[in-house]
Amino acid sequence: MCRTVDLNQAVLARNDGAAHTLRAELAARGTTLVNLLSSPGSGKTALLEHELSLARERSVPVAALTADLATENDAARLARSGASVKQVLTDGLCHLEAGMLARHLEGWLPESTRLLFVENVGNLVCPASYDLGETLRVVLASVTEGEDKPLKYPTAFGLAHLVVVTKTDIAEAVDFDETAFRANVEQVNPGVEVLLTSVRGRQGLGTLLDRALAAADGAAPHRPVMARQGHGHGHDHAHAEHAGVTVASRS
Amino acid sequence: MHEMSIALAVIDQVEEAAERAGDVTAVRSVRLQVGELAGVVPDALSFSFELACAGTLLEGAALVTETVPGRARCETCAHEWAVGMPPRLTCPRCEGGTTDLLAGRELRIAGVDWEDGPAPAPTREPISEER
Repeated sequence: MCRTVDLNQAVLARNDGAAHTLRAELAARGTTLVNLLSSPGSGKTALLEHELSLARERSVPVAALTADLATENDAARLARSGASVKQVLTDGLCHLEAGMLARHLEGWLPESTRLLFVENVGNLVCPASYDLGETLRVVLASVTEGEDKPLKYPTAFGLAHLVVVTKTDIAEAVDFDETAFRANVEQVNPGVEVLLTSVRGRQGLGTLLDRALAAADGAAPHRPVMARQGHGHGHDHAHAEHAGVTVASRS
Repeated sequence: MHEMSIALAVIDQVEEAAERAGDVTAVRSVRLQVGELAGVVPDALSFSFELACAGTLLEGAALVTETVPGRARCETCAHEWAVGMPPRLTCPRCEGGTTDLLAGRELRIAGVDWEDGPAPAPTREPISEER
């Protein structure tokens, strides 16, 4: 007999459930997760390397997990800061998922870690859909990428708690229009902070660490409009849903 | 392209639901709601779904995708609008205040059509020699 069955389940319920569990487990041990998203080449690793060094100078226990499709180059760069670093190779998968991340943290994450930075796979499409249990989601774009990047990748920028512009030391050379960039960010994520940074120009590095520490201290992060939908798939209710199955016989 | 991961998640959940139901023999179709702002490309998802269903209870099942348009509401002036793509999430009327997203982030399995119950016993045609 052919039956029409209403399931009414969020497709990403399992990931959202795993993210919810991980967030709670990390909170219980005093660790705050910061999820870094950007395109390849926007300067995530260089910025993170400096954030880790700065955190160590300030005696903040930090760790970093970096995900790539291939090579362990990023971990080698990040390890120069002296922080605990782990490389995850996704073997072609374009994003991290919460359950996968939890397995990689098991037995590795140092007990006293205050801030855990996760450098997601360089990609602004796929990682945007996956909650990793982060408290702070930071989306980066370099000045070379064009002012319309937030409009081209609205889900990524729309769900950010903080937007970071990198490589501002070359902004003038590439005619970066900061006003237009900010207006485009505002269109998809009203009210989110845009932080200008440069590793070479030593701009904004301390502020980014301050924002991460504020989140660790319990400061309420920005609430993106895109995360405010009360049903369907949002990041505001990251628990697994198992709605009751109702069956209607059709024939 | 994460549509393959999404397709696998859909298949997993439908298989689990079928297992809970107990006697499902085949899945004919899966109805999916995909919001305009869900970050999923329906065509890529259909392609991945067809490939990923091979060898499962869902082999040959149709994926019926309903696109849900993004809609927002301004808390300040109560104006409602279609957000469009790229989305405009600031109020086009009063420019200010706080916006609520009413729809557009859905990525939900609405339901399925499946076959269940014991397979009907084939009705035996009398063979001429038996008469």
